[in-house]
Amino acid sequence: MNEQVAQIQKEQSMVIQKKMIGEHFEKLAHAEENGQKVVYTFVPGNLNELILAFDMLPVHPEVNALQSGMRKQSGDYIQEAEKQGHSEDVCTYVKCDIGMLKKGNIGPTGHKMPEPDLLLLSYTGCFTFMKWFELLREEYDCPIVMLQVPYQANGEITPNMRDFVAHQLKDVLVPKLEEISGKKLDEDRLSELLASSARAEDDLVWVWESAKHKPSPIDAYFGGVYYIGPIFTAFRGVPECEDYYSSLKAEVGRRIAEGLGPVTPEGVLTDQKYRVVVEGPPNWTSFRDFWKIFYDEGVVMVASTYTKVGGLYEQGFRHDPGKPFETLAEYCLGCYTNRNLPSRIDLLADYVNEYEADGVLFNSIKSCNSFSAGQLMMLRELERRTGRAGAFIESDLVDPRYFSAANIKNRLESYFQMLEARRPAA
Amino acid sequence: MSESRRQAIIEQCDTLYRDLALGYVRDWKQRTGGKAVGHMPVYVPREILHAAGVLPVGIMGGGDNIEIIRGDAYFQSYICHLPRSTVEMGLAGKIDCLDGMLFPAICDVIRNLSGMWQILFPDTYVRYMDFPQTFGDAGHRFYRFELEDLLGDLQKLSGIEATPERLNHAIELYNDNRRALAELYDLRAAEPHKVPTADVYLLMRAGNIIEVEEHTTMLREYMEAVRDSESPMLDNIRVVITGMFCEQPPLTMVKAMENSGCYIVDDDWMLGARYQMGQTPISDDPMGSIVDAYFNDTVCTATRYDADGGNGRFLVERVRERDAEGVIFAAASFCDPALLDRPMGQSALNQADIPYTAFTYSENTGQVQVIKEQAGTFADSIKLWGGA
Ligand code: SF4
Ligand code: SF4
Repeated sequence: MNEQVAQIQKEQSMVIQKKMIGEHFEKLAHAEENGQKVVYTFVPGNLNELILAFDMLPVHPEVNALQSGMRKQSGDYIQEAEKQGHSEDVCTYVKCDIGMLKKGNIGPTGHKMPEPDLLLLSYTGCFTFMKWFELLREEYDCPIVMLQVPYQANGEITPNMRDFVAHQLKDVLVPKLEEISGKKLDEDRLSELLASSARAEDDLVWVWESAKHKPSPIDAYFGGVYYIGPIFTAFRGVPECEDYYSSLKAEVGRRIAEGLGPVTPEGVLTDQKYRVVVEGPPNWTSFRDFWKIFYDEGVVMVASTYTKVGGLYEQGFRHDPGKPFETLAEYCLGCYTNRNLPSRIDLLADYVNEYEADGVLFNSIKSCNSFSAGQLMMLRELERRTGRAGAFIESDLVDPRYFSAANIKNRLESYFQMLEARRPAA
Repeated sequence: MSESRRQAIIEQCDTLYRDLALGYVRDWKQRTGGKAVGHMPVYVPREILHAAGVLPVGIMGGGDNIEIIRGDAYFQSYICHLPRSTVEMGLAGKIDCLDGMLFPAICDVIRNLSGMWQILFPDTYVRYMDFPQTFGDAGHRFYRFELEDLLGDLQKLSGIEATPERLNHAIELYNDNRRALAELYDLRAAEPHKVPTADVYLLMRAGNIIEVEEHTTMLREYMEAVRDSESPMLDNIRVVITGMFCEQPPLTMVKAMENSGCYIVDDDWMLGARYQMGQTPISDDPMGSIVDAYFNDTVCTATRYDADGGNGRFLVERVRERDAEGVIFAAASFCDPALLDRPMGQSALNQADIPYTAFTYSENTGQVQVIKEQAGTFADSIKLWGGA
């Protein structure tokens, strides 16, 4: 009975999200005939409210790539890009996107993607984004704007950094958006969008923190990647996004009340044996199989850093309608991989303590230096600081050649045994 | 006589190159009581360090001269080699004479390495240097503030105030060094049989360690020594190599490329010293001059965003200026910036009808035979058919 209820409740927010995404891709498919301008941009540090204030439509190439991964198309796309001269060693998101473009640019919903009217190189926490849009600039006849976001190398946002980003927004980006859209910036509209974002962000934070309950009502990694869909992409600032998060909050609230765990592809996970914090992106090509290894063993992910690549709201940041440019600048500067390694370690250590986790898992992504370089040291530091057991596995985002199910399973099984051995006596 | 002078200079450079424990820097510190700060490959404004009485020391990883024992526990196999040998040198105490380390914004690996350094060496000064990638007023203001902040830190470290006079003096010294380096590169391009690339490479490496005036003198003496050399001109092709700005190839590989029938007439090694092309003006506002020089007068390279998409064009121009017949793309394995830049460079070369070949290496590539063969085949194909 409970399981049935949970399934139905889950569907409410899922249905809303599915509808939102469907409508967005529908709009994209008809953008040209409807005269709507299209901006290609990235998830971390995205400026969705600003783009929407000009009635433009955002496209996120890395979301297309991950969806291609989940639909098992990424392998072909990557090979296509490699045929065109791309190296085996580099970020597979880039190759997946370039391969998709070379094979007709059919997006994840089967529609041809519209060409960009602007490449908005707003990037946070990763150099590859810069190279990615340099590569796309060769393919499209459209302007490109570089918005540089400095790295939080000392674990703080300095006034110099904030001013730098805010000035670029005001002096470079807004005039360009005005030129392309043919509209003047309406600051009131922008503020409204930002206020809506902040409300949705409040609800999302509530959802993340629900994982402090035992059993945890959510899986903050495998389930979490669905929760971040609307807020990190084309929907922050619109009423549907607020609806999504309030209905998600209500569902999670019901699960807490009933003592239920998250809904996995095979039902509700209530018998939670271990609570784990995860660092690093998931693997998309074998997402379900990867998740299954955990829920089969009663492992629930209570916090994750990947779900913070588009903003670390639980640390207190909210989009502030009262100071639009400063708030957008701070948002860009605050994303997870824009934080230096010591701050990343602090955050993970806090998660372990606050969410009372039994261990920390690193899923190290072969082609993502932004996350991966330094993770072995992070793991060592975390083990030292928290006394909890860490596990380290390696896979890739969307290159199916680099997901070795047997290896990963073996390694994780020994890890679960270690967690069992370290379990405090009842 | 001049050949023996050449040999003596190159031997001196070779000794510096092999001395990963930085004996020169240790002596210099003892002699002068000054401070020394290391910087990772690629540009940092060394004038500023010099003006604050700090010796800038370019750290290029450990090459194939160090056995990696601890470093491998820090980096997964799919990360380039430079950070692991650098960490190895750090943990082995080899570079403990450095009072600080600067991590210029080269890529995500170097960025994360700066954080590792903060944790591993909490008692040294560590600074990540973000360079503007966007070149309007906001970029100028941002960069100037960052440099002034850096200067403040360095002054504290050394106890020496970098007055405008000291800054201008440092600018003059580095201008002179760049002039000498440009002459050396021009000489090699004009008479590559007289200036082997391994020599150029070692001379550049010496410039990472020794004082700038000493290096400039060394470069001029070297050029003096080789100008009348009688070495015969071989039937080699003239190539530009690109992609090696960060992790360095082993010296055997540098030699092997040249012995395979390629005269290297331009390259992107040691972009700490050759990032800026011309001269920084002496002015009442030396910091302003350094900032402007960064914006107006620097090379196009993979780690730098070029608003006009000029990286490929820059490469083609270099090929033309140096009268080269082809390009070798050589990148460290897993080097994102170099490898992601490569398709853009290749398409610019395709359009300009310039042949190229491409391979990857790592700093400890032991077997250079394969690379030698590939470079040799490339050279042959150009000689025989004028194209690859
Ligand atoms: S390197 Fe990592 S963060 Fe950067 S674009 Fe690729 S997957 Fe994203
Ligand atoms: S070799 Fe390439 S990837 Fe490695 S640190 Fe240098 S620039 Fe970064």
